[in-house]
Amino acid sequence: MKGKAKAADYLLYDPASGTYREDPEQAVRDDVEKHYWLHVGRTILKDWRLYVMLVPMLLVFLFWRYLPMYELLGAFKVPDEVLPVAQQDFSGFSYFKELLVGGQQVSTDFWRALRNTFLLSFYGLCFGFPMPIILALFFNEVRSNIGRSALQVMTYLPKFMSTVVMTSLVTMLVKQQSLTTNMGIISQLLVDMGHIVTQLLSGLGDWLNIASLQNVTVTFLSQETAAAGLLNNPDFFRGIYQISGIWEGAGYDSIVFFAAIIAISPTSYEAAQIDGAGKMAQMRYVVLPSIISTIVIMLITRIGSLLNIGYEKVLLLYNDKTYVTADVVSTFAQRHGIEGTRKGLASAAEMMNNVIGMMLVIGANKIAQKASNVSLY
Amino acid sequence: MKRKLEISELIFRIISCTLLTIFAIACLYPFLYAVSASVSGKHAVEYGEVVLLPKDIQFEAFARMFNDNMFWNSYSNTLFLTVYGTVWSLVYSILGAYALSKKRLLFRKTFNFILVFTMWFSAGLVPQYLNYLATKEVFNAVGITDDKWLVVIAMGMAAMNIILLRNAFEGVPSEIEEAAIVDGATEFQVLSKVYIPMSKSTIATVSLFFAISRWNGYFWARQMISNKNEHPLQVFIRLKLEEFTDPEAMAGWNEVYASDSVIYALIVCSIVPILIIYPFIQKYFAKGVNVGGVKE
Repeated sequence: MKGKAKAADYLLYDPASGTYREDPEQAVRDDVEKHYWLHVGRTILKDWRLYVMLVPMLLVFLFWRYLPMYELLGAFKVPDEVLPVAQQDFSGFSYFKELLVGGQQVSTDFWRALRNTFLLSFYGLCFGFPMPIILALFFNEVRSNIGRSALQVMTYLPKFMSTVVMTSLVTMLVKQQSLTTNMGIISQLLVDMGHIVTQLLSGLGDWLNIASLQNVTVTFLSQETAAAGLLNNPDFFRGIYQISGIWEGAGYDSIVFFAAIIAISPTSYEAAQIDGAGKMAQMRYVVLPSIISTIVIMLITRIGSLLNIGYEKVLLLYNDKTYVTADVVSTFAQRHGIEGTRKGLASAAEMMNNVIGMMLVIGANKIAQKASNVSLY
Repeated sequence: MKRKLEISELIFRIISCTLLTIFAIACLYPFLYAVSASVSGKHAVEYGEVVLLPKDIQFEAFARMFNDNMFWNSYSNTLFLTVYGTVWSLVYSILGAYALSKKRLLFRKTFNFILVFTMWFSAGLVPQYLNYLATKEVFNAVGITDDKWLVVIAMGMAAMNIILLRNAFEGVPSEIEEAAIVDGATEFQVLSKVYIPMSKSTIATVSLFFAISRWNGYFWARQMISNKNEHPLQVFIRLKLEEFTDPEAMAGWNEVYASDSVIYALIVCSIVPILIIYPFIQKYFAKGVNVGGVKE
């Protein structure tokens, strides 16, 4: 009965003979503990095909996702044309200081870009986010299947354009007037609409004999502003950005909400109707509770990506006249780092944006986990 | 017996149908206008007389596009990038996702984290630009001087797509795999004969995502492809737009059609192929939204 004291650890009790015997797996466990890396190597070798399959993916991500992160070191270094980033001299936090509290033009621009980044996303959250939900509620009201499908296809369509084609179309629709071409058709229609409403009102004023109506002029958009090109006017950039975003995405984004709504059993509506619920009460007590979890998840994801704004669309729509409202951190970095020569400064600017963005994403995912037991990743 | 509609329901229904129709028409209108403007006469376009229907029909603007070698060239470049890019992305994504879906994989959590982290944090434009420049040098040194291959190989990875594939592979019952192994299948055969056929719809969705991002790729293609003959369609469209909306460059325009018609014709040409394949891909597109990577 030697080692009965240690029995709890790795000796197994054999009820047949009433004795203790060695656990055959214990030797393996001991071995693994003693030679951990040897064990790892053996497992990999035994199953090498599986690990070989991982290699291409890991290499791709290493080369073109993680090596750029190494280049971020440039945000702390003195730039040098010849030396690789590792051998350059440290400049400490000088770029960060210059951007945040430098007091120069570049610092004002950076704060402006940070504010614009946040505002473009925030307005998207306020105006762009509810649109797909409203659309889905409306789609649910269309009884004819063919009619609904037709409307859905029409609203999904803009999603299938690339960013370049979408922005080209937007540019053409609101472009400036020149010697050879008229202004864009949307500007034209907005200007005309003002004239038409003015005429209608003055007609109404004549008819009812109200002097104040006869002389009122309604302008949605003045001729001069429209002729100068709406994309050259900083006051219009955010509006155009949001409206084109809704045009492009609202129909397509409504799919997920619509799916949640049609999953509601018809008996729920019937029960509500028997209880005397009108349309609004049905919305409040039947539809809303069924789609609220989808809405919450989407909202949290959206908040998480507040600072991860798509740079391509801004880059394709803005110009030097609209920097005041249009310049975001990515485009700021693109101008200074890729077109210009201040690579370290540009890296530092984007790094700050992306680090805050990452914290938002992780925080949002944590909240989503808490709220619904659903993890987004 | 059908219940009579409540008055509030009726009003709501009418309002929603009306607003939906208005929104749908507003969605469609820019396309219709683009088609009309591309085939309308010079005077009609230049004086804003085209509102919905074309006027003084001409097809010279389209003819100009179709006779432009650069246009066809850019189309074939885009096809090249889309086909090779999608295939390459799919190959390493499927292989990697398969390995990640196996519980027995050592350091599985670490590998997953390596992927997911790229969704949270990106180095940013400038470091990526420097990285691509370095890659370009390496590629040139080993004899790949065609920048298109740089775009194909070094761009377009998406961690989200790999996670979608991994989730699909995890959903395949392990008994089938065990049966295949008993029958003597190798690891690769298990993947190609069992897993891929059983997750066809997810693979279709993911390939669609890859293909779309390749087809739409603009910024890096413009930055990294130096030879004008190798520009993809998106870059070609953008350069044309920049050229044609510059009032000074267009001051001397004296063709029989308006300069705007050329841009509209180009836009129409780039949308039409997508409209043709749209009915075939629509089902995967809608499905893709719902898989969304949500994991219980």
